[in-house]
Amino acid sequence: MPKRIAYYPGCSCEGMANEYDQSTRALCKVLNIDLVDIPDWNCCGSTPSNSYDPLLGAALAGRNLALAEAEGFDLVMTPCPSCLKSLKTAIKVYNDQKQDFAHLLNMPFSGKIKVISVLQLLYEEVGVEKIKERIKKPLTDKVIIPYYGCLLSRPPEFAEFDDPENPVSMDELLLAAGAKVPDFPYKTECCGAAYGVTINNIVGKLAGRILDMAQSLKTDAVAVACPLCQQNLDLRQSQVNRFCHRNFKIPVPYITQLIGYALGIDLKELGIHKLFVNADNLFKETV
Amino acid sequence: MRIGVFICKCGTNIAKTVDTEAVARKALEYPDVVYATDYMYTCSEPGQEEIREAITKHRLQGVVVAACTPRMHEPTFRRAVEKAGLNRYMFEQANIREHVSWVNNDRESNTLKAMDLVHMAVEKLRLNHPLFSSKVPINKRVLVIGGGVAGIQAALDCSEGGLDVVMVEREATIGGKMAKLDKTFPTIDCSSCILGPKMVDISQKENISLHAYSEIESVSGYIGNFKVKIRKKATYVDWNACTGCGECTQKCPSKKTHDKFNEGLGSTTAINIPFPQAIPKRARINAESCLYLTKGKCRKCEKVCPADAIRFDMEDEIITEEVGAIVVATGYDMFDYSVYGEYGGGRYPDVITSLQYERILSASGPYGGHIVRPSDGREPKDIVFLSCVGSRDASVGRPYCSGVCCMYIAKQAIITRDHLPDCNCYVSYMDIRSPGKNYDEFVRRAQEEYGINYIRGRVGKIYPKGNRLIVQGVDTLMGVQMDIEADLVVLATGLEASDGARELAEKLRISYDQYGWYMESHPKLRPVETNTAGVYLAGVCQGPKDIPASVAQGSAAAAKVLVLFSRDTIETDPQVAFVNERVCISCGKCIEVCPFGAIQWKTLRDGSQKAEVLPTVCQGCGLCNATCPPKAVQLQHCTDDQILAEVNAVCE
Amino acid sequence: MISETGTQREKEIKIIGFLCNWCSYGGADTAGVCRFKQPTDLRIIRIPCTGRMDPLFVVKALIYGADGVLVSGCHPKDCHYAVGNLYARRRMELLKRFLPFIGIDTNRFRYTWVSASEGQLWQQVVTEFSEEIHRLGPNAGLNEKMDAETALSLFNTK
Repeated sequence: MPKRIAYYPGCSCEGMANEYDQSTRALCKVLNIDLVDIPDWNCCGSTPSNSYDPLLGAALAGRNLALAEAEGFDLVMTPCPSCLKSLKTAIKVYNDQKQDFAHLLNMPFSGKIKVISVLQLLYEEVGVEKIKERIKKPLTDKVIIPYYGCLLSRPPEFAEFDDPENPVSMDELLLAAGAKVPDFPYKTECCGAAYGVTINNIVGKLAGRILDMAQSLKTDAVAVACPLCQQNLDLRQSQVNRFCHRNFKIPVPYITQLIGYALGIDLKELGIHKLFVNADNLFKETV
Repeated sequence: MRIGVFICKCGTNIAKTVDTEAVARKALEYPDVVYATDYMYTCSEPGQEEIREAITKHRLQGVVVAACTPRMHEPTFRRAVEKAGLNRYMFEQANIREHVSWVNNDRESNTLKAMDLVHMAVEKLRLNHPLFSSKVPINKRVLVIGGGVAGIQAALDCSEGGLDVVMVEREATIGGKMAKLDKTFPTIDCSSCILGPKMVDISQKENISLHAYSEIESVSGYIGNFKVKIRKKATYVDWNACTGCGECTQKCPSKKTHDKFNEGLGSTTAINIPFPQAIPKRARINAESCLYLTKGKCRKCEKVCPADAIRFDMEDEIITEEVGAIVVATGYDMFDYSVYGEYGGGRYPDVITSLQYERILSASGPYGGHIVRPSDGREPKDIVFLSCVGSRDASVGRPYCSGVCCMYIAKQAIITRDHLPDCNCYVSYMDIRSPGKNYDEFVRRAQEEYGINYIRGRVGKIYPKGNRLIVQGVDTLMGVQMDIEADLVVLATGLEASDGARELAEKLRISYDQYGWYMESHPKLRPVETNTAGVYLAGVCQGPKDIPASVAQGSAAAAKVLVLFSRDTIETDPQVAFVNERVCISCGKCIEVCPFGAIQWKTLRDGSQKAEVLPTVCQGCGLCNATCPPKAVQLQHCTDDQILAEVNAVCE
Repeated sequence: MISETGTQREKEIKIIGFLCNWCSYGGADTAGVCRFKQPTDLRIIRIPCTGRMDPLFVVKALIYGADGVLVSGCHPKDCHYAVGNLYARRRMELLKRFLPFIGIDTNRFRYTWVSASEGQLWQQVVTEFSEEIHRLGPNAGLNEKMDAETALSLFNTK
């Protein structure tokens, strides 16, 4: 019987990161995991709600969890690290200020539900070994660099996942998929985050550094697990090139796309064509 | 009993929120109280005089003082009543300052509470009996645990003072951490040149017996009469026969043994002498890497040894030493920086600890004193020193300052510039802490004369780029991010309590703080004593300090031992358990629970067995008293009746 | 004036504290030195070690009219006498389960660990326990089926 877990897509996966959503769903299907969208899910609040009113913001995110609990789920998965943070914050705030939280939420909530990222799902719930067994199209000879960004493993007491300074979950998954994975010193460096919208040069500089280091390691692709990281490295790669006077053409696929491909899922289904930097070479059949 | 009660105003400390006059008046209502008064400062000379006068004038047989905590002035007042001719244990103190006037401002409630406390003290005092100390002879030998510079100083001073000294050292050589240092701040004089002669003295003094490569197994007894079991760990070499010629170390084929003395830089042979100046200079076989002891084949050392000293069948040996005092000088270990994932967590060979760098600088070190990188043996062009790695960082559980890092960084950077004038040195620091004679001038010289770049801030990440390292952090004075390309990064790892410090403390029954540093008896006024009589502290085991302070403390501990041994006997505390033989049912439960082995069987004339307390061994915890089914064992000065009298005083 | 205060106020809540000399008594001193404000209901009896605590002391105090009893010593593993507080912990834990049999609310008795440096913790412990006892009100004593002698005889091991 497939494992049923609640799925919170979040806004990115409905828009810019549509291919993340597609590939996550396709991958889970192959791995016999039944993703059930939380009915009537709402915005997680992202950064603005928290800076406006932490308690209200937490209750906003908490509504999604309460809905999932009402459906009988004890596990929620979301691909987006920012959503992950909002949802986990809701549980923390609930535990700290039960009464106020419950008053705002105004629906039953136990706070016992657990929230994980899709990376955590693959690494901890499914397991590297299990994925390794099912690899159909190994990424042999491809040099792929895992880039984690800031939120997936940090702050440690919050993320409760992987090594905060030297995370290895994506490394191990990529190795299992047959790729070559060099030691990447910028695994958790900042990509520039939301400055892509306001002060574009910051992203130019920071994303440029990351791509520079990746280039120096002769990489074929940079694997990511965050819509915002992906946006800054992929969508803005031409802007970065202009700012840094470089000519990067490094594909930036999601980890779910890479693993999905290795498990034999059709490229179309994984939304590979939606990447801005062309990734055709990466997925050219090597055999 | 005729009891006098003295209520102290403590200036306004007590009088401000307690009506002391009313408390004194109320005290007169309590049984046996014939005199009560209040006074401005009871602990002062005139205050004590007033107690003495009242004792004479009113023929008092017991005294209650309500004042500060008895932990402060109980000894003072006991002396005062003793001077007036009373037994010192015919005294009780009620704590109406720390427990009353300082913790609430409600005068009415405070006054009532003070009355209760005085009442309780009176009721307890009514059941007090005069107690008398007994005298026990002192065994005038001293045990020094730890052969670092603090222990060496303590041992030499005691030896000079004519005492027999037993020194126990965990490693195969004495010298401790100081023996590993290249030079010392702020004079840049050679560490082994100043320590070496002292180490030799230890081996040559007639009245010092040294047990190297040995550990404390157990400690029993009490001040003046400790019995210490020492485990002499197997060295597989008969040290009486070994001459330290080193022939064996030349021939040993197992050359990949971890070199502990060189902090894991380079390797050594399975049979080795830690360093040329080792004391005792004797070979020892590392059982984990010896080919014969692990695989059953080799015995090369046995063949070449001219003294026939190799003993592959050697086993640990337990010996017993009897001493009258113990100096603990167990030193420290370096903080394990691998918890700092952002500094590589031990993954980069050219990110090293400060003690490893000392070995690199040392002429007797693994690289013969040439400054090169451990990874490829190249001379570094840029070195970054990071301060406070495992110090002043609550996130790794080390909120304290290690006290010596700022200074040794300056020293190491200066020596580096002396060796390699073209090498750029950077120091990333949070604050510079250099209090001490000529210390700040020294750091100034590092900055101004030696051109060492001091950057205030914190490093957030170290990562490799090619075969160099990028040190990324913040310069908080300039308010900019910094990226320094370096060949070598030296982490100023902090000091932490020695491995095994807690276990040893439990054997010695001394206390330690949350970080494992041993607790002194009083942070200001009893800095080398512990709460266990006859056990003294020296050096970093009590908390981080530099060499001069460690040496001073070593001498101070020796002075305390000499003071103790200047008498032939010591008085014991008579507040100990006592067995009423007529009530004792000979169940032996008290013997079982006593943590000190202070209760034994005694055969009466009729042949029956009864429990008997050894008053000199008993520490007065009262565990036996609470355990005894018929309450035959009573803790004197804190009997069941006395405690219940206090309870009744409250409940009345 | 004092006889007025002594007699005319409503019955004060009385809490007896048994504190070991080395840790908790020192902790209470530290709280005093730091001027950490505390309720005034507590009367402290200084004992050398919580290992000195006979559970009967607690029972007798509660039978004879104390409204609450607090026992405090060194943290486990930190006993001045090495193991005294470990014995105390077992005894106090058993006592807690026994109190309901003689009709005494277990909440009137508490044991805790406070070190000599934990003045703030001491303030918190005293404040919380005093509030709890005030909430429970004056100790009504034993239940009607039990008199003091019977209650105490239950403990008698002779």
